[in-house]
Formats: sequence, structure tokens, C-alpha cells
Amino acid sequence: MPMQDVKGQKIWQRRTGRESLGHWVIWLIGVAIFAYCWQQISSATTWFFVWDAPRIADDIWTRATPPRWEYISQLGKPIWDTLNIATLGTIFSLILAVPVAFLAARNTTPSLLLIRPIALLIIVSTRSINSLIWALLLIAIIGPGVFAGVIAIAIRSIGFCAKLLYEAIEEIDQTQVEAIIATGASRWQVMAYGIVPQILPAFAGIAVFRWDINIRESTVLGLVGAGGIGLQLSSSLNVLAWPQVSLILLVILAAVVISEWVSAKVRGAII
Amino acid sequence: MTEVHALIGKPWRKPSFIKRPLLRWAIIMGFFVYLIAAYLTIEVNWSRVYEGLERGKKFVLAFTNPDFTTRSGDIIEGMTESIIMTIAASVVGIAISVPIALGAARNIAPLPVYLICRSIIAVSRALQEIIVAILLVAIFGFGPLAGFLTLSFATIGFLSKLLAEDIESMDKVQAEAIKASGAKWTQWINYGVQPQVMPRLIGLSIYRLDINFRESAILGLVGAGGIGATLNTAFDRYEYDTAAAILLIIIVIVMALEYLSGVIRARVQ
Repeated sequence: MPMQDVKGQKIWQRRTGRESLGHWVIWLIGVAIFAYCWQQISSATTWFFVWDAPRIADDIWTRATPPRWEYISQLGKPIWDTLNIATLGTIFSLILAVPVAFLAARNTTPSLLLIRPIALLIIVSTRSINSLIWALLLIAIIGPGVFAGVIAIAIRSIGFCAKLLYEAIEEIDQTQVEAIIATGASRWQVMAYGIVPQILPAFAGIAVFRWDINIRESTVLGLVGAGGIGLQLSSSLNVLAWPQVSLILLVILAAVVISEWVSAKVRGAII
Repeated sequence: MTEVHALIGKPWRKPSFIKRPLLRWAIIMGFFVYLIAAYLTIEVNWSRVYEGLERGKKFVLAFTNPDFTTRSGDIIEGMTESIIMTIAASVVGIAISVPIALGAARNIAPLPVYLICRSIIAVSRALQEIIVAILLVAIFGFGPLAGFLTLSFATIGFLSKLLAEDIESMDKVQAEAIKASGAKWTQWINYGVQPQVMPRLIGLSIYRLDINFRESAILGLVGAGGIGATLNTAFDRYEYDTAAAILLIIIVIVMALEYLSGVIRARVQ
């Protein structure tokens, strides 16, 4: 136990001298890195605009309130599109994620050395690129519109769904699988009767969870031209129609809250 | 016995996932009705999609031959800005979210403080990064400051919520022992609460650093600094080899961060 002698009296301390020196050095390096980063940001900033920010914020606020409520009549179709992008995107991604998950799980993959790393690579690369970037890419390839949004959401969700699903597959109860094998079942029958029933609740939970996230993401996909309510947001921003912007933001907020509520309810019913 | 007699002669069938048949069929029917409705209302320009397949092939091929050199100046500049924004925003975000997490834990904070902190978390979680970035760019002007503020704001909602949940589920006995020794409030937090939640805090911080980096890649699309602007330009000019190079760099950095976070979390937990 680290102690310190003060006038012949022993006082308890949390760390030894060497430990606290190490901590001090780590903190110093951390603070130095942060100071450097801050200085870089600061030099790239026009501080005049920043000092002016409260006035601008106040100005935008007065322009944006009250929201232009009658504009909501034009938002019906974009909201439906947004819902479609999220739902169809989730369905496509689940169709693609299930085989990837089975190939990536240690206990079901056909080859640990060859196929599992490829499946893991698919999971990491689809997960690490944001859906907006996928949308940008797909718009360049297949043109703007809802379809590009659906595919962008689908690709982006593969990694997330497959990762959670393969972890669920790796955690199954192996004894049930052995019981099915002992009856002389084929490889596919083992899948259908031994593994699938065990991961079905996890699968349903993942699907609803990802659908909730996708509703969020699909509301902003229109900013790059991939359909949905984001298109209206971006065109309103371009013409500085702040009352419309504030209404759209309220609608997006409502959509996010509702989808979160639905997903929490459904997951509560499953688990 | 009657049950067995009723079952004899009938082949066994796998029980369905949803037990109530009415609910099951309602869900299946509703699903198909929705699919048809969605299919009928989505406009897809198939000839345009077909034309695009050629370009798609070019893009996939570009991944085998990414071009790091032609625009290396832009790429390095954008990447450094992204990394700088990520680090600064993570540090500030974590520093702010710790007190908010303490306030949002019901077993530490009084009710008024709890409600205030919980509503801060709710607001931060409900707004997507990109929307916050648009507003902040409108207010603070173009540049990495808007991106830095966006990421800090998003970090607060994420980290405070998860940390507060960890504080709420901590072991009360240890904290009470510290209190019984006559500790002040700050000492109580420092010696009774902090050691219990520290591993989780470190794990979450690294995870958030990872998320912040991924998000920083898109903030440039709305002018909030980072690699996004370079990426957008590369797509606009159909320079797929440069875009592929940027995406590969992002993937490699995210993989490195994920590996690092795995190592660090394994060490502290």
C-alpha cells in the first residue's frame, strides 16, 4: 500500500510516487495534443463570425418562428418516401446480412481461415462508411431518387445487422444443435431446427432496432439527393425559407420520437 | 392421456415464432399490403439504373487501383482536419458529459437536477449530427469549429446517457462505506463512485472517439470541415479512384480504432 511519511506519521495515498509520475506524464501528453488540436481549429476559424453568432442565432430564430404550418400538406409524400427508404432498406439489408452473419459466426462458417475473414471485412467496411456517403456514391452511379436511398440504407445496415446477428449465433446453446445432429439431420435441417429457432428473437429485435436507426438516417438522406423529407429540407434551406425549415425539423423530430417508441414497444413485446 | 391420443397420427410441426394465429396472419398480410403499396409508389428509373451499372463496375474496379497520389494534398489536409476535430470534440464532449451524467443518475442527483440533465440528454440524442451541423454552420460560419461543436454536442447525449445508466446500477455498499467514513461530497464521488464506473467510462470514450471519426467524415458535406468536402468533390467529378482511396483510408482508420478499443477495453475491464 502506498504510504507517505509526514513528520513520522504514515499517511495513506492512492498511488505510489512512480505511478503518479506516470499519470502526470500521460495527462501532460493528452493536454498537449488537445491544445494543438484546438489551436488548429482556432486558426481555421473566422472569429469575427463567431463573436457575431448570438445575433445571427437570434435572427434565425425570429425568422424561423412561427413554423409555416400550412406547408405540411406538401410533406405527406416525402414522409411516405422516408418511411419506404427506411423499411425497404432494412428488409434488403436483412436479406443480405443473414448469409454474411452465418459465414462470419465461428460455429457455422464453412471455413475459418478463408471465408470468415471475408465476411468480417464486409461487416467492417459497410459499417464504417456513413449512409450519406453511400448515398453520394449511389447517386453518382444510379442517379438521384428514392431507389438510391433504399440501396444506401441497405448497404450501410448490413454490417450492423450481421455483426449483432453473428454474435447471437455464436452464443447459441450448442446442446440443442447436438440433439438435432444426433437424430441424423442434414446440415440444412440442423440450421432450420437447431440454430434458427434460437436466434429468431435476437433477429426480430435487431430488425426493429435497425429500422428505428434507419428512420433517423433516411430523414437526412435527401440532403444529398437520395429522396425523402431531406430533399424538402435542403430545398427550403437553399432558398432560406426558415419557417419551412423549422416545420420540417419538427416533423423529423416527431418521426424520430415515434419510431423510437414503436421500436421500444415491439422489442419489449419480443423479449 | 387424451392429449396424447389427439396427437397420435399427426406429424409434428415446428411451433411458430408468433403463437397467436390471428396476430401472425395479420402481421404477414399487413406486411405484404405494405410492400405492394411501397412498390407502387416508388419511382425507379430502371434504364438509368441499368446505365449506372457500368459506372458501378468502374467504381468497384477503382478499389483495386485506388489513387492516393493525384490529390494527396487535399486528402492529407481533409484527413488531418477530420482527426483534429474528432480528438478535440471527444475531449470536450467527454469533459462536459461527466458532470451531466452525474446529474442524470437518480441515485446521486436530486430530482430537479435529474430532470434538467435528462432533458439535455434527450435533446442531444433526438437531433442528428448532420442537422445540428447545418444549423451551426449557419450560425458560426463554415469551417471546423462548427464540426467540432456538432460532435461535442452529439457526444454529450451518447456518453451521458450510458454513463448515467452505469452509475445508477453501481454497487451502493462501496459508496456508503466511503460516506460513513465522513467523506465530503467530492471525496464521495472521487473514491466511492468513480472507481466503479471508470472502466465503463474509458470503454465508452474510446467507442465514442470511433463514432466521432466516422461522423466527421460526413460533416464536410454541409461545410463543417473535414474529409467530407474532398470526398464530395471526388464523387462530383467522377474521380472514383480518389474516392476509393479516401474510403479505404477511412475504413483502415476505423478498423485500427476498433482494434485499439478492443485492446484497451480488455485491459481495463
